[in-house]
Amino acid sequence: MQSKRSKSGWLEPEVVAGNGLLDRRAFLRGGAAAAGAMMGYTFVGSAAAEPLADDPWSKVPGGISPPYEQRSRYEEKVARTLSNPKGEPRTQHARTPHHLINGTFTPNGLHFTIVHAGTPDIDPDKHRLLIHGLVKRPLVFTLDALHRYPMVSRMSFVECGGNSAPFFSKEPIQASVQALHGLVSCAEWTGVRLSTLLEETGIDPKAKWFIAEGADAPALSRSVPMTKALDDAMVALYQNGERIMPGNGYPMRLLLPGWEGNMNVKFLRRIQLTDAPAMSYYEARTYAPVLPNGKAYQFYFLQEVKSFITHPSPGLTLKGPGFYEISGVAYSGNGRISKVMVSADGGQSWAQTALQEPVPSKAFTRFRTPWRWDNNPAVLQSHAWDEAGNVQPTRAQIVAVRGETTKVPPVTGFPSQHYNGITTWAIERNGEVKHVYA
Amino acid sequence: MSMHKLLIFAVLLALAVGSSGAFAQGPNLGKPIGPAEIAAWDISILPDGTGLPPGSGTSAQGASVYAQKCFMCHGENAKGGTNAALVGGGPITGMESVKTVANFWPYATTVFDYIRRAMPWQQPRTLTNDEVYALTAYILALNKLIAENDPMNAQTLPKVRMPNRDGFIIRFPDKL
Ligand code: HEC
Repeated sequence: MQSKRSKSGWLEPEVVAGNGLLDRRAFLRGGAAAAGAMMGYTFVGSAAAEPLADDPWSKVPGGISPPYEQRSRYEEKVARTLSNPKGEPRTQHARTPHHLINGTFTPNGLHFTIVHAGTPDIDPDKHRLLIHGLVKRPLVFTLDALHRYPMVSRMSFVECGGNSAPFFSKEPIQASVQALHGLVSCAEWTGVRLSTLLEETGIDPKAKWFIAEGADAPALSRSVPMTKALDDAMVALYQNGERIMPGNGYPMRLLLPGWEGNMNVKFLRRIQLTDAPAMSYYEARTYAPVLPNGKAYQFYFLQEVKSFITHPSPGLTLKGPGFYEISGVAYSGNGRISKVMVSADGGQSWAQTALQEPVPSKAFTRFRTPWRWDNNPAVLQSHAWDEAGNVQPTRAQIVAVRGETTKVPPVTGFPSQHYNGITTWAIERNGEVKHVYA
Repeated sequence: MSMHKLLIFAVLLALAVGSSGAFAQGPNLGKPIGPAEIAAWDISILPDGTGLPPGSGTSAQGASVYAQKCFMCHGENAKGGTNAALVGGGPITGMESVKTVANFWPYATTVFDYIRRAMPWQQPRTLTNDEVYALTAYILALNKLIAENDPMNAQTLPKVRMPNRDGFIIRFPDKL
């Protein structure tokens, strides 16, 4: 790390981009000099701390360990936001509070969910998985049977094709990162590769697609190309080490790493190999974003390279000038994230961020970079690249092809889908964070 | 063809060849099952009509089923209520155009498939096949996509040409 001595005598990390972005290695090295530089800044002008004393909870034995640990009662505000809390006859969305969590795994209770007619209460012993259609022999599996197959674990994000839809609004909608980007989450999924099961059913060479269907009320179904079945598709049984949450598809879901959330069919009960797609409701109608010329994209499938800053973000007001860590998540349906750059001056200059290891394929990678805020307005952006060479587009680039709304839609609306463009947060003098377009 | 695709093709081939012989290698814990046992779950319809069951229905028959089972959510004459209109729809000109059966859905078979699997919302898969054909005929006739007295069945439904059939661009052809 390049450092220089400030007037006060502390070592200061190098400023690498406009508005106080610092060298990403400043914190990572963790050496005495770097730590001194960081602390030196915050010491300036701060009053001495109060004397320390034992608090009541430190002077009595604590509570009993429960069989299933619940989080601290002080954390109850960390919760998903619900679009349909009374379960009216329409879709329900529960969004992940990205600004209130950290790391790369989404806790199971905070993983986003969408259900189109409620979450079924499935008895795992009665649940069955049928594989039929263009196979040599149709087979039906119990959950117990699937547990005896060789399993694999992998991290994977799941993102709704409609995540970030408010960015199609002609004007920036003031809302939290949870409201804007809350329909993506990341977990470690464990289960049986679909190809392992297809080895036993055999595949008729005429099979080009498979239809996946759930055991929920609308028997949600999607068509998936066979190439994905033989690549990395999984019948997932576990989510972050425990059985899949009801809202995420208990007792089993299809996992198609990097592909549109809706295709990762939950409550999976049936796989039918076919020579053509079914053109089911969700592929024929819903997940077909309309272009300005009236044509619509079909079979979008891929969730493209994307990143957004979670800290700071709207609602996380900065408490005075000084050091902050800018951090967020980056991911790509095409593979690993190779680079994330951050700007504090609205894209005029960029600093490379540190990527948290390991950097898994088709999963969240957290990026972090140190920043010294001088109390002046700043404009934060993140910009991601993936290993296949794809670059996260700007909002202007997306809107040029896909259009934008003429009226400001509700923040819960879905004017279009598959927005992977840049997100911009403006920091105001009072430390408030606003959503802006730049 | 990319390396990746080549690899997948090789796997496909190996599976196709290998599976014609023994299945002994894996755990082999799936139970063989026949068409009769599968029937209740075998509900997917393809655009060419594959999967359509026997049965038939007309728009007039559909109107009376609609009045009993759909009206409360989709409104009078299917013009929309607490849930979507099933009739009408202006031209699709951009993201703010409201998608309807008539202005957007590329295949009529999707109407049958979706009603049979998912409607009525609170009691899915309770309609008879004749009722689903009748409701499909009712919606298509209201939208003037078929004549008032055209019956819908496994032969006629796949032949209905939807206006927006060619309104789509495949986003990533190399993924198919
Ligand atoms: C309790 C309310 C309710 C009833 C009753 C109901 N539906 Fe629906 N319908 C819905 C909801 C909610 C949706 C949207 C589902 C979604 O988006 O996942 C829908 C969607 C549809 C659609 C797709 C519309 C579009 O353009 O996207 C069709 C077609 C449909 N219903 C037909 C029917 C028919 C036919 C009946 C009667 C057998 C029926 N519905 C009864 C609530 C209802």
